Order: sequence, then structure tokens, then C-alpha cells
Amino acid sequence: MKPLHIIVCVKPVPDFRSPVEFDQKTKTVKRGNVATVINPLDKNALEAALQLKESFGGKVTALSMAPPFAESVLREVLAFGADEAFLLSDPAFAGSDTLATAYVLAQGVKKIRDFDLVITGAASTDGNTAQVGPQVAEHLGLPHASFVTQVKRHSEHSLELTLKTEEGTILAEIDLPALITVSREINEPRTLGLFGIAAAAAKPLHILGSSDLEVDPERVGEKGSPTRIADIREVSFARKSELHEGTPEAISLLVKKFREWGVI
Amino acid sequence: MDFSFTQEQELLQKGVREFAEKVVAPRVQEMEETKNAPVDIYKAMGQNGFFAVDIPKKYGGLEMGALARVIILEEISRVSAAVGMATQVFYLGIAPFLEAASEEQKQKYLPSLAKGEKLATVAVTEASGGSDPTGIVTEAKKEGDNYILNGRKIFITNSHEADIITVVARTSQDPLQFSAFIVEKGMPGFKPGRKENKMGFHGCTTGELIFENCIVPVENLIGKEGDGLKIALKAISETGRCGMAGVALGILESCLEEAVKFANERILGGKPISVHQAIQARIADIRIALESSRLLTYRAAWLKEKGMRCDVEFAIAKYYSTEAAVQCAKKTVDIYGGYGVMMEFAAQRLYRDAQLLIPSAGTSDIQMIVIARDSLKKGKK
Repeated sequence: MKPLHIIVCVKPVPDFRSPVEFDQKTKTVKRGNVATVINPLDKNALEAALQLKESFGGKVTALSMAPPFAESVLREVLAFGADEAFLLSDPAFAGSDTLATAYVLAQGVKKIRDFDLVITGAASTDGNTAQVGPQVAEHLGLPHASFVTQVKRHSEHSLELTLKTEEGTILAEIDLPALITVSREINEPRTLGLFGIAAAAAKPLHILGSSDLEVDPERVGEKGSPTRIADIREVSFARKSELHEGTPEAISLLVKKFREWGVI
Repeated sequence: MDFSFTQEQELLQKGVREFAEKVVAPRVQEMEETKNAPVDIYKAMGQNGFFAVDIPKKYGGLEMGALARVIILEEISRVSAAVGMATQVFYLGIAPFLEAASEEQKQKYLPSLAKGEKLATVAVTEASGGSDPTGIVTEAKKEGDNYILNGRKIFITNSHEADIITVVARTSQDPLQFSAFIVEKGMPGFKPGRKENKMGFHGCTTGELIFENCIVPVENLIGKEGDGLKIALKAISETGRCGMAGVALGILESCLEEAVKFANERILGGKPISVHQAIQARIADIRIALESSRLLTYRAAWLKEKGMRCDVEFAIAKYYSTEAAVQCAKKTVDIYGGYGVMMEFAAQRLYRDAQLLIPSAGTSDIQMIVIARDSLKKGKK
């Protein structure tokens, strides 16, 4: 089997394990003191790419569109085992919605060239739209599959995929080059090793701006983003409870009724 | 002065924390109950490069320096001081090879130590003395191309897991003349003996090593005859004490996290107990102890990296951080009230583990002797 060149799209997201606040004016997450981490599902995407590389040889290239601080996130991706990284960073990209982001990432993929497969996490923990992966594929005219839970090499030029859907699973074959987005179930991402950390410093990490990519300025940033966020708010999961007093008979009657209604 | 970590050190901290939480944390309860050393975790750490951190690149190491070693110990010990202690002694076992071994010995042993395929320790202490080396009675007699070792070592960390052991033994009638030998697991006449039953560090083996006409080839002598004590003391004072301070930092950090969590969650009289000044004072004390221990330890590690004298600085860091860990573990248990002594909570484990920091790599009394001697000598000038 021929080696694979796999591009993994990685998104730096706020670490939601620490308390996060929202900026009601800009309708975004306040990034102030919140640590930035690799979007958890993108770690699964990276792990899937690294496993394919370990099986068939080839190369893993990481790609991200983010502000310059994301360099450290890409360095971490290199430490996990990616061979090269591209950070697409330009003030003009600020405020991009999924459509504009996917467009910029697609232009990045075109710049990297000669790839066999693009892998992304199925969704991000901050936006959670699950749109960017398929949109990148459409921009590039690639066949794509979302929520992949298993990936196998089917032939020289195709993969066998298991996809999770709400109704069940789909077994599919996809021709390469292709784009897939992966679910959490696909693998258990490895932990960072010290050999990888030491090697990361010497690996190529390129920072590209809009002048390095062929991008139409009308299609990026706020200008290129038709999405408008109407509202952003914290959802409280506190259970509602009411306290009532009654005789044991009344309580058993109520429990019986609840059972009939299928409440409990 | 620059107090910030490099990008590499930041990644290292993140990676080790993730490893500790994912791989070590789920095993802590089992270690507490069985007291068995998690050899598979040691192997995983080796594969991940944990033991290569201080070894030169030409022997398959990473050359990340002493501060990187402290970061690893702090993060591992935050989750399990027992695994942290085992790790610190693996480093101690590697130190004589870095500091005193010949080129041939380095080439033979360091690559497998760097990968964690082989684990190391150092054996000095005997029933008749450790801090007092004149109590060491294990002897090595030269016979042809071999030394014949006879004696018993006690209180040896990783006694049953180590594959390569630097053993200090007498080679002369002179009461202070010792030599250091590389003894490998499986050598004829060498076997580990009994395992000690300790109040803490469950999951980190402390045991006995028995040498009965153990045949060690002459090429396994480190340095020259008579260098033994110097080699062992340098390893203990610059790597061992550094390691103990690193383990103490992990315990201190865990004390702070556990204390804060409980103080915020525990409601008494309708309010979390964190509103009480008595609780706050303890939390502030733990924070102060953690931050000052860190500064002392990081600075001593920085001196070591720069190749500057650091033995007294490590004695100070070891003394301060380990004594602080004992006091802060007590404060954490106190904050927990009755829950503090319940085995379901981590507080009691921190309390039991912290005390084990004191005797290892020289008791607090020994550190004070080192510190006082140096201060008095400086005063004379």
C-alpha cells in the first residue's frame, strides 16, 4: 500500500474544564485567563492520522486557522507526532464564521497540496456546529463522511469507514482523496511523550497570512461570514424540585400515576 | 532573572500532567491496597521518555536538564507520591553513570536506561549505617578479573524492580575507603531480599539486597577504587535531594488542591467552611509553603543545569520542602476534620506519604548539618 499524506485540521479552543465567561457584546467566549487546548475531537483526528501513518507510512501535516497564540497548540500537535504544521493567521480572518473558516482552511489545504486524506474532529467544544469539516470538503470538491467511528484501509485508493448516525451505523467505502470527521469513539488519543516534545522544536511550523494564500478578501473574516449570533447564554442544569407532603396512600397513588405516564 | 518556563518545559508539564491523570491516577487505590509496584506504569514512563530526560543525546537521551526532571517529579507526585518516589530513585540510579562512569560504561548502560528498558537504583544504606558511612560493612574483594561482593543493603528504593544497581562496598581496611560497582539483576550471588512494610508510599518498593559471593567483573567498577563514597554522595546530594524536593512539591500541590476543594464544598452552619479565617489561614500557609519550596527547588535545579555548585542549595530545598509537606499535609487533614482520617479521602494518604520524605536522601538533621557546616565555613573567611 502506498504511504498516505494526511492533513489534520486542529482548532485551539478554550479549556472548558476551567470556568468560562461570555462577552455579551461580541457574543463570544472571553479568552482572558482561560487556557487554550486542542479541541478534544481534533485529538482523536490526530490520533487516527498517526495510526494510519504508523500502519502505512507517509506524513501527517497539521493545519489550523487561529490567532498567533495558537502556535503553542500546533507545537503540541508536532510533539504528538505530526511532521509539519501550518498556522493560517491574519487579522483579516478575525470574526470568520464556519463558512469563511472552511474557505480559508480549504485554501490552506490547496497550498499544502499532494494529500490523500483530510481528517478533522466531528465538532468543536466551543462552536459545536460540526459544519467546518464538510464545508472544507465541499470547497475542495472532495467526497466526505462525518462522525466516523472506525477507519480501515480498504484498497490502495479507498478507505472503509464505520459512521455513527442517530439511527445506527453505516458501513461505507470512500475513495481517496477524501475528508472525514471523526467521533470520540474512534480511538483513545495517546499522551504526550518526552521524545516527541524534544523532537517538536525542530519540526517545521509555518505561519501563513492572507497574502500567502489565494484568498478572496470578500470571503473571509466578518465580511465573508453570513452568520449572526443572536444570543449567547449559560445554561444551568440545576434540577427543578418541588416538595409536597401527603399521606402514604396519596404518595403511592402518585407513584402509580407517574409509572402509568412513563415519568418514572 | 527569568522565572518563566520555556515552550518545551510548558509542553513537558502538560504532557506529564496528562499522563499522571490518565495513567497513574486510576491505579492509586490499587497501589494503596496491594502495595505492589506498578511495573507496567514504569515501562510506559520509559517508553514515553521520562527516564531519558537528563541523559545526553548521544546515549539516546533528551538532555532537558534538572529543571525538567523536577517538573516531571512534581506532576507525577501530585497524583501519586509513591510513583514519584520510584521515579526519583530511577533518576538517582542513573546519576552515577552520568557523573562518574567511563565512556564504555556509559555506552553500555545509558541507552537502555534512557528508554526505560532497564531501571536503576543506588544501594548505600545498611542496617549498621547509611548517613554514617563507617557503618557500611558490605565488602568487595578483588579476585582475578572479578570482585566478590558480600553483604546486605537495606531500605533500598526500587530494590525489586531495578535491573542495574550502583552498590557501594568496602575495598580497603581504611574505614572511609569505598568503591562503587555496577551490579546487574541476575548476576550470580545477588538477589533482592525482604520488602519493607511502610506507612506510606504504597506502590513504591523499599527492600533489601543480598550479596552472597556475588561475582562482579572488574570493568563494573565505577571510577577508581576508593571513589565509591564520593560518587554515591554526589548522586544523593545533587540528584537524590533534588528528587525528594520534587516529590515534596507534588505533595504540596496536592495538599493545596484537596484543601481548597474540601473547604469550598463542605457546608457547615449553612456556609462553606472556607469562609472561616482558621481555614483560610491554613490554606494561605499551604500556598506560601508551596510557592517558597518551588522557588528554592527550581533555583537549585537551575544552578545544577548551569554546572554551578548546588549541593547546599539542594540540602536547603530538600529540608524546606519536605518539612513543609509534612506540616501542610497535617493542615490538610485538619481542614477535613473527621473526614481527614477516612481512607476514602486523599488527605490521609498525603499525610502518611509526606513523612516518608524526611528520611530519604538524608534526614532533616543531616540536611541541617550540611547547611550549618557550609554557613560556618563561610563565616570563618
